[in-house]
Amino acid sequence: MKKIFTLLLSGICFTYLISCDKDITESNAGYPALQPVKTDAEAGNWSPFIVSSPADFPVPAPQPTSSSAYQQELQEVKQLSSNLTDEQKRIINYWKAGSVLRWNEIMRNLVAKHNLPPYQKEDNTYPVPSAANPFAYPTFPFSNPPYAARAYAYVSVAQYDGLVMAHHFKDEFKRSAPYQVDNSLNPAIPKSELAAYPSEDAVVAGASFEMMKLLFPADIAYITKMAEEEKSYRLWSGANVRSDIVAGDSLGRWVARKVIQRAKTDGMGTAGGNPALWTKLEDDCKAKGETPWYSLEFPKRPPMLPAFGNVKPLLFSPTEVPAIRPAAPPSANSEQMRKELDEVLSYTQNPTRERMRIVNFWADGAGTYTPPGHWNAIATDEFVKHQYSEVRWARNYALLNASLMDAAILCWNTKYFYFNARPCQLDPKIKTLTGVPNFPAYISGHSTFSGAAATVLGYLIPARAGEFQAMAQEASNSRMYGGIHYRSDCQAGLETGHKIASYAVERAKVDGAN
Amino acid sequence: MKKKFYPLLWCFFFLGFIPILSHAQTEQDALMMGERKLCVAGSVGYNSWTNYWEGTFKRDNENIGRVSTKSAMLMLNYGIKSNLNILASLPYMKTKATQGTLSGLGGFQDVGVFVKWLPWQKQFGRQTVSLFAVGGYSTPSNKYNIDLLPMCIGLGSNILSGRLIADVRVSNFNLTLSGAYLHRSNVEIDRSAYYTDHQINSHEVKMPDAGNFQLRTGYRSRLLIAEAFVDNMTTFGGFDIRKNDMPFVSNQMNSTKVGLEAKHYLAKLPSLGFHANAWRTLAGRNVGQATGFMAGVDYIFDFSPKTAKN
Repeated sequence: MKKIFTLLLSGICFTYLISCDKDITESNAGYPALQPVKTDAEAGNWSPFIVSSPADFPVPAPQPTSSSAYQQELQEVKQLSSNLTDEQKRIINYWKAGSVLRWNEIMRNLVAKHNLPPYQKEDNTYPVPSAANPFAYPTFPFSNPPYAARAYAYVSVAQYDGLVMAHHFKDEFKRSAPYQVDNSLNPAIPKSELAAYPSEDAVVAGASFEMMKLLFPADIAYITKMAEEEKSYRLWSGANVRSDIVAGDSLGRWVARKVIQRAKTDGMGTAGGNPALWTKLEDDCKAKGETPWYSLEFPKRPPMLPAFGNVKPLLFSPTEVPAIRPAAPPSANSEQMRKELDEVLSYTQNPTRERMRIVNFWADGAGTYTPPGHWNAIATDEFVKHQYSEVRWARNYALLNASLMDAAILCWNTKYFYFNARPCQLDPKIKTLTGVPNFPAYISGHSTFSGAAATVLGYLIPARAGEFQAMAQEASNSRMYGGIHYRSDCQAGLETGHKIASYAVERAKVDGAN
Repeated sequence: MKKKFYPLLWCFFFLGFIPILSHAQTEQDALMMGERKLCVAGSVGYNSWTNYWEGTFKRDNENIGRVSTKSAMLMLNYGIKSNLNILASLPYMKTKATQGTLSGLGGFQDVGVFVKWLPWQKQFGRQTVSLFAVGGYSTPSNKYNIDLLPMCIGLGSNILSGRLIADVRVSNFNLTLSGAYLHRSNVEIDRSAYYTDHQINSHEVKMPDAGNFQLRTGYRSRLLIAEAFVDNMTTFGGFDIRKNDMPFVSNQMNSTKVGLEAKHYLAKLPSLGFHANAWRTLAGRNVGQATGFMAGVDYIFDFSPKTAKN
């Protein structure tokens, strides 16, 4: 009996032990409320990427704050903000960290969600996601690195252009925020000196909604929910009145439509190529006396977006692409290539824990937000320390993501121009420590992306430039350690990334934000 | 008259994807090592699979072909008292895929320590009923890679386990039921973000707890043990592998397997034993449909002052 009692007691102790909390605190949980050191009120004069002039956008003049229409709206805000539910408070606390920041996180979430290569059909061919039928398997899109780079870029650019326009109208109409009109109103977020009409948050919500509806149509319900929450939070928190929101939302959508016009004609539609092109790429490579790349997947998968290299860049003219494209890689049968293969082989045969950590940290493969997303995450953690205004957040992301999109274009252009083999294709002894992507080796995508991102971020935050370059170097090395790329891929990739970023840096120097 | 029980040592692999020795073997059987006796056991094992389940969808994958795990394990079992044993185990593993480009991984996996206690035993005529309680802890012996499933050698979690075993013997036949709760600590991966059914920005991964249930029955005598078993592993939580995605450390991994187990001690040298088992996964979720076998040798050292020679 005593023993049974002891047993029971042990059981109770054990149950107590296992009931401990396992919840995880995410790295973005502690982001502070947006409280810019500078309002960047003059940002209406900054250079937008795609839209040309505020005259293109018929934002109506707002009712004066003394009008009865405005007073009614003010009463509405007072009423809404006086009786908040816990759920409304949660939504306020989420969005108050910053509109551009949160949409960037939402984008990373959607990219990771859709970054899975389609599963083969019965006949061993692969289905292609269809924008016309986005909900059917394979759901649209397959957000692989080039798709993702372009998506991040267009969303960022639409947000930035929208905010530049918004600042122009803010400056033109100079309408005060509701808490400045009525002192009795205590907003749930830090007060801002910036004019309230049109609302920055609503501009970003409208622009993001329109862009993401195009880029991630299967997630329309989620995107709609987030956009609506964001617009509501401005009312609940006492930050804007309804007309501020309506004007901002419309402006954001109009700007996004200009960006969409550009996106629809940038060449993405034909980036997937066709069987004739796939064969031609192989034949052209053989004609040069080289060993062509082939898909290492079973069943063989068509190459990933072989014509993405013809997409229209954001930072320079398509005619400049061949000049930026790096020179040919070492020949498959050259002594240099043998040397580089041996190096990769030695890494894969002696996987130290530290090298494996580097491979895993930078893998950014299937089911992740891709290397461009990873650099957005790195940038975000850095940007929160600097207390930027929404428009500066947007500008920085736009510079970063424009260079990442153009890095994808240059990288893909180079890959399919040379169409050369992966290390493990040339030496079957090489077994990889991460998945081999389904496209040619030269140049390394990770290296190109990282070289570009590190250079842009180093320009924006000079104090950390050295660290960003070191991270890019590590990202680049990770591909050798993992057996995915040889040294020439990585070096040429980093250099090309730097070159592309220099266009973004030149732009940044004269865009009016400094 | 008191029967001397010898511990049954067998290799138990808890997953098809990863040959995890979620808990060492003898913590699962209804056997005790005698007082001041030390059993040292070595075994080798092999298991492999070509089919696996993505959630409930069963498939194969030509990019990995057949994934196999070879293992070698050292185990110790010491009788502090005849009703209180302490056990320890450490396996070494090596994985390999027959197709595709992925490299296999290898190394020492988790160190496990278990305390086994027989608090209650009673005879009812020809039946003997025994109740056992086992508490265990296992922890990775090194920081092996847990972010390249299915090639990883383990899940990297610290596991605190509690098990209850009920055993009924009628002459030389037995029926053993056991259930364990595995409290698994969260793990750290090298990435700073990962996607489960949503994006999570952290190195830390929430590990769902798990349960293990087992039914064993067969013949048990002093020199020969032969049993059949059904074993079930259930993860309480976790998520399914998405279509064509890689498996992830916190997936919901469930499996039901059946197997046979035998152990034989030499009549002329009863301290030397041989044991073997073979098993097959019948059903699973987010695991490979593995088939495995194991063979080992053990030797019992007697440190008691007066060895009762039979």
